[in-house]
Amino acid sequence: MIVADRKSISEIRDMIKGHDRVLLVGCGTCVTVCLAGGEREVGILGSAVRMSLKLIGRGHVVVDECVIERQCEDAFIDALAIRGVEYDAICSLGCGAGVQALAERFPDKAVYPGLNTQFIGILENQGVWAEKCAACGACRLGEFAAVCPITRCAKRLFNGPCGGSRQGKCEITADRDCAWQLIYDRAKALGILDKFEAVAGLQDWSTSTDGGPRKVVREDQCIASLE
Amino acid sequence: MNDNPVILAFCCHYCAYAAADLAGSMRLQYPANVRVLKLPCTGKVEVNYILAAFERGADGVFIAGCLEGGCHYLEGNLRARRRVERAKKILQEIGLEPERLEMYNLSSAEGPRFAQIATEMTERIAALPPSPLRPDRATVEKNVQEMAAAAQAAVAGDNR
Repeated sequence: MIVADRKSISEIRDMIKGHDRVLLVGCGTCVTVCLAGGEREVGILGSAVRMSLKLIGRGHVVVDECVIERQCEDAFIDALAIRGVEYDAICSLGCGAGVQALAERFPDKAVYPGLNTQFIGILENQGVWAEKCAACGACRLGEFAAVCPITRCAKRLFNGPCGGSRQGKCEITADRDCAWQLIYDRAKALGILDKFEAVAGLQDWSTSTDGGPRKVVREDQCIASLE
Repeated sequence: MNDNPVILAFCCHYCAYAAADLAGSMRLQYPANVRVLKLPCTGKVEVNYILAAFERGADGVFIAGCLEGGCHYLEGNLRARRRVERAKKILQEIGLEPERLEMYNLSSAEGPRFAQIATEMTERIAALPPSPLRPDRATVEKNVQEMAAAAQAAVAGDNR
């Protein structure tokens, strides 16, 4: 899932304080699961922002809250379309895609991000999320025993480990596992260490963000173009 | 200084609420500023509940749960403690004194301890100015009573 965390209350307050009516919009998917932008977090932010505005003498600013099921898909924004008219600004507690989807749907309104979108990751422990995927567009997990060296090795080495691997930890910080130790351990357990005799090939970065904004097109699904 | 603060106490059914009851049975005196909101467990307390109390004008809030290790639901009071810590940070960030909020632990047999907590918290809040978010006192009183009644109704609904 996409993992995000909330911007500081003062940063959000300062973004919206020039408006008179603001709608905080949460999202019911990834950011709900990572406890950044779901119903509860929108409620907490709403209370905090209203109090904060009142304390700086902007208590007349209306700050309301709602959550839609999925911000990154226009069909789900329908539920918001009528209500959105009542506000002059929207603060999204969705990921960067959600913020931009709202901005595209409401071209005449200010739309602000309430979250900092961090990465694609998974829950590691209660309250701890870890990055697992860099969305490089050319997945090579099959070559590396299903441990991503791009995301999890600090140097993004395809032929690791480097000399900074210390008892299974990365030299960057003692609480970060060395990705290449993980790759080695898993490959050994699977009996596929011989695969690492060969030098790993170069990565095609043209499929990553180096090639500019990306699109995925499934022609069999493009019904509209047939009409 | 605030000579008549309104303090909302989120009390666990299994400990603090029973202790408050016991304090009453023991005819113990404590300041009349504390309004009790009963919950099945302090693990039910979310950060937005705490903030809602301050937003409605409460001068102080305390959460009173079971002794650590003694939660009826195993870890509700530990969760509450972490949420109180988070709420304190939010209060600080928006410019409200974090000491307006506190977490306490006690057992159901500690009537005198409940009276002591209520007194200690009232003295602490009385030493601060009234909450800058506070409307007139009657409105705060009404808001807090409504919160307590809503919680009571929700708990009653859960038990149906």
